[in-house]
Amino acid sequence: MRIAVIGAGAVGALIARELTRYEADVLLFEREADVGWGVTKANSAIVHGGFHEAPDTVRARFCAPGNAMYEGLCRELDVPFRRVGAYVLAFGEEELAVLRELQAQGEENGVPGLEIHSREEVLAREPHVNPEVRAGLWSPTVGITEPWTVAIAAVENAVANGLKLHLAEEVTGIEVRAGRVQAVVTGKGRYPVDAVVNAAGLFADRIAEMAGLKEPVLFPRRGEYILLDKAASGLVRSVLFPAPTEKSKGILVLPTVDGGVLLGPTAEDLPRGAREAVETTPEGLRRVVEGARRLVPGVDLSQAIKTFAGLRPESPQEDFVVGPTVVKGFYQAAAMRSPGLTAAPAIAKWLACEVMASELSLSRRGSFNPIRKGIPRVAELSEAEWEELIRKDPRYGRIVCFCNRVTEGEIVEAIRRGARSLDGVKFRTRAGFGRCQGGFCTDRILQILARELGVEPEEVPLRDPSSPLVMGKVRP
Amino acid sequence: MRVRKIDVLVVGGGAAGIAAAAAAAREGADALLIERNDRLGGVLEQCIHPGFGLHRYREELTGPEFAHRLLGEFDSSGAEAVTGCTVLEVNPQGPSVVAASPKGLLKFRPKALIWATGARERPFGALRIPGARPAGIYTAGLAQRLVNIHGLLPGRKAIVLGSGDIGLIMARRLHLEGVEVVAVLELRPFPGGLMRNVVQCLEDFGIPLLLRHTVAEVHGKDRLQGVTVVEVDEEGRPLPGTERYVEVDTLVLSVGLIPENRLIEGFVPLDPLNRGPVVNARLQTEVPWLFAAGNNVAVFDLVDSVAALGARAGTFAARYARGELPEGRAVPLVRGENVLHLVPHRLVPGVPTPVYIRVPHPLPRARVSIGGVVTRNHVGVRPTEMIEVKLSGEALEELAGLPEVRVEVSPA
Ligand SMILES: Cc1cc2nc3c(=O)[nH]c(=O)nc-3n(C[C@H](O)[C@H](O)[C@H](O)COP(=O)(O)OP(=O)(O)OC[C@H]3O[C@@H](n4cnc5c(N)ncnc54)[C@H](O)[C@@H]3O)c2cc1C
Ligand SMILES: Cc1cc2nc3c(=O)[nH]c(=O)nc-3n(C[C@H](O)[C@H](O)[C@H](O)COP(=O)(O)OP(=O)(O)OC[C@H]3O[C@@H](n4cnc5c(N)ncnc54)[C@H](O)[C@@H]3O)c2cc1C
Repeated sequence: MRIAVIGAGAVGALIARELTRYEADVLLFEREADVGWGVTKANSAIVHGGFHEAPDTVRARFCAPGNAMYEGLCRELDVPFRRVGAYVLAFGEEELAVLRELQAQGEENGVPGLEIHSREEVLAREPHVNPEVRAGLWSPTVGITEPWTVAIAAVENAVANGLKLHLAEEVTGIEVRAGRVQAVVTGKGRYPVDAVVNAAGLFADRIAEMAGLKEPVLFPRRGEYILLDKAASGLVRSVLFPAPTEKSKGILVLPTVDGGVLLGPTAEDLPRGAREAVETTPEGLRRVVEGARRLVPGVDLSQAIKTFAGLRPESPQEDFVVGPTVVKGFYQAAAMRSPGLTAAPAIAKWLACEVMASELSLSRRGSFNPIRKGIPRVAELSEAEWEELIRKDPRYGRIVCFCNRVTEGEIVEAIRRGARSLDGVKFRTRAGFGRCQGGFCTDRILQILARELGVEPEEVPLRDPSSPLVMGKVRP
Repeated sequence: MRVRKIDVLVVGGGAAGIAAAAAAAREGADALLIERNDRLGGVLEQCIHPGFGLHRYREELTGPEFAHRLLGEFDSSGAEAVTGCTVLEVNPQGPSVVAASPKGLLKFRPKALIWATGARERPFGALRIPGARPAGIYTAGLAQRLVNIHGLLPGRKAIVLGSGDIGLIMARRLHLEGVEVVAVLELRPFPGGLMRNVVQCLEDFGIPLLLRHTVAEVHGKDRLQGVTVVEVDEEGRPLPGTERYVEVDTLVLSVGLIPENRLIEGFVPLDPLNRGPVVNARLQTEVPWLFAAGNNVAVFDLVDSVAALGARAGTFAARYARGELPEGRAVPLVRGENVLHLVPHRLVPGVPTPVYIRVPHPLPRARVSIGGVVTRNHVGVRPTEMIEVKLSGEALEELAGLPEVRVEVSPA
């Protein structure tokens, strides 16, 4: 039995991991040079409660159950996760009515603990909220995580359980004969397979087309963000939503797991072809500021350290397309717009362990180990633990990224685990993610990468060979 | 964790810290300097251009040469240095300092602490310039390290945003290394660096300086492909219709330095305009055992001033450690007209000091007044050139009689 999963985002990574519980050869194909660089890299990082989703949707079916799985998942995979709770804030009576509808909807979806809090309760918990707030819908189960780490950790764990990871290998064709999947074709070869999972994010429609399917139809919906430094960390404790609109959950103000504050996203529909339009725009950033200040007037833009944008794989139905298809052996985990990150563990479990295990008659392996240990983070260790680590490897005593307190030891370990670029190191260790945005550590990390990989600094890219950091040596 | 007691601990081994530790040792203190890099010298190490030391050594030196001289003074002072060691925490109780090094975590209990951590560069993200996030966007200091320390070229065709000294010097450096430098852009109607640098770094090499221009957008997904350059109005807002696309693979940013005070800002009062601690003429902050010197107090133009401040901080910190620094009466200096940066914030009777002033915008003719007691006329004062007013013993005595000393720069 051989199964190919296409796409190493949070969704494909978690599905691939579930599949390694079974007696099967599991291959994971990813066109990017590293794991988690698609939609999973740029989003709000919220583990949603599930009250935003209309009850008859696939989103609703998997959102709250996915949320409930996050604690255990993140414990197994050593991924940061904090249940910080969320408020949907109402300004005026009309929006208060919306909160009541959301509460009812949430209850129908099985979201626990929803309560409407008075203005005073909201302000007591979140003193920086706009004092004109009328009330807030409190959802205690909402959490925050680090999305790319979900993908990286799931892939590391799956590889330890036998997964074969094919990075920088784009799937270009799927062979279907007599209504059944035969093989996956990539830029590097042809792989006969018994089953394929389409978890190709923004490009899942193209993969579906390769298998002769018309669903899903996708277009990108852009979301722009502004990230504030850790200095802003006192601004909010929980995730703050405005009352939602038709198109999105609105522009939010929320804490990040490493202590920053995130503002955004916008929701702008782009032409179908614009799948790489991750640039920020003046208009978008203006809206982010306006939307964020409506919730928290004291947002201080001098604390901004970064702006970025992500693309939601949106479909006209605005819903996930998951499960088996008319093509035997071809499974979808597609159109994963928000709350796809939240739903991912529940979808993975259902698709792999219920649908595929039974349709493909997969049998369990005895030796699956669900535990993955993360790279030690000295910033999170006690002094004694850190001392111990330095004793074993002095490189854990050498700070490379001052803003986020990341050591050479962590960077070397990230490279050992597969980082091949500055972003590869950054997403695995947070080095260069802080207040100075790499101004201090970029050249240091570049040197470490070149040394550890035994390559010239010119060969070390920001992401992949098309994004070199330096372009030659100074004349001798 | 080992705890080490020491008279004077200096954090940061740039010009300020080296001078401070040496002076403290000369004053008889047991002095230790901690630096996170493997070498001492701070930014001097990467500044291989001449222009250093005209005041201190009456000679024009390069940055590394200046550092070498200063280190000579350090070596003969008896002070000790630990490199490759990063200070992580300053606990105001104690006081105590925690640092990490390959040898383990280190804890120090100094009697006096000198903060000399310099300044960091404002990052690209802080500018909120629209566009994707390709490779090829560097702060000037990082570009300078790549070229001067690692011997690597950041790109082939560059544009520089910001005409501060670092930007001007990097424009020349890149040009000399064979990189095509298309232009230096400056948002304000006047250059951000020293006039001599505008001439020696740009004019001499035919690199255009475009005042009232900025980058409106960056283009390229993987590596930078180009930038949209736009003219701006008096308020710095883009003028519609003036956009033009410039093909470059490198954008170098020289958009400001931020005094590095992260580890102490929680417990020591900072001057919001200097963005550094409030200090008296002894370079003592509002927390008596904490002294500060160098670019973390305010961003200075010249290393000579930085080293002088460091030495002064070292001397007084050593006296404090010995218990010989009585809490003197201090006379506050207050900002009058046209004063952006101001160091120090308090005069101490009997402690002669220069007063450093930076104006917020240029004035063709100006009269500088320190409490009406010392006045000086200047032709052409600019934000890019700090004004240094030395106070004689006599003037100081007279100023010491005032309830407060108003510092102002009025048009003349
Ligand atoms: C602005 C924004 C905000 C969001 N906020 C949230 C939130 O707060 N909470 C939440 O739960 N969800 C949120 N989402 C949704 C969530 O981010 C996505 O549902 C989730 O990340 C999708 O993961 P994925 O693995 O399906 O997609 P991806 O991460 O895009 O992974 C798909 C992978 O497939 C690869 N690929 C594509 N084509 C090929 C090919 N031909 N061959 C090989 N590989 C290929 C891609 O390179 C990519 O790495 C948000 C999304 C956006 C854009
Ligand atoms: C590009 C450029 C060109 C210049 N040109 C001239 C010129 O032509 N003439 C002139 O006179 N001046 C010039 N200057 C100015 C002069 O070099 C500086 O003002 C001076 O060197 C600053 O010294 P400093 O000690 O304050 O800071 P720095 O040199 O920045 O030293 C601070 C030190 O503290 C260390 N540090 C910081 N935090 C920690 C921590 N937590 N733990 C341990 N160590 C830490 C840093 O690693 C650094 O080594 C120039 C500056 C630059 C950047």
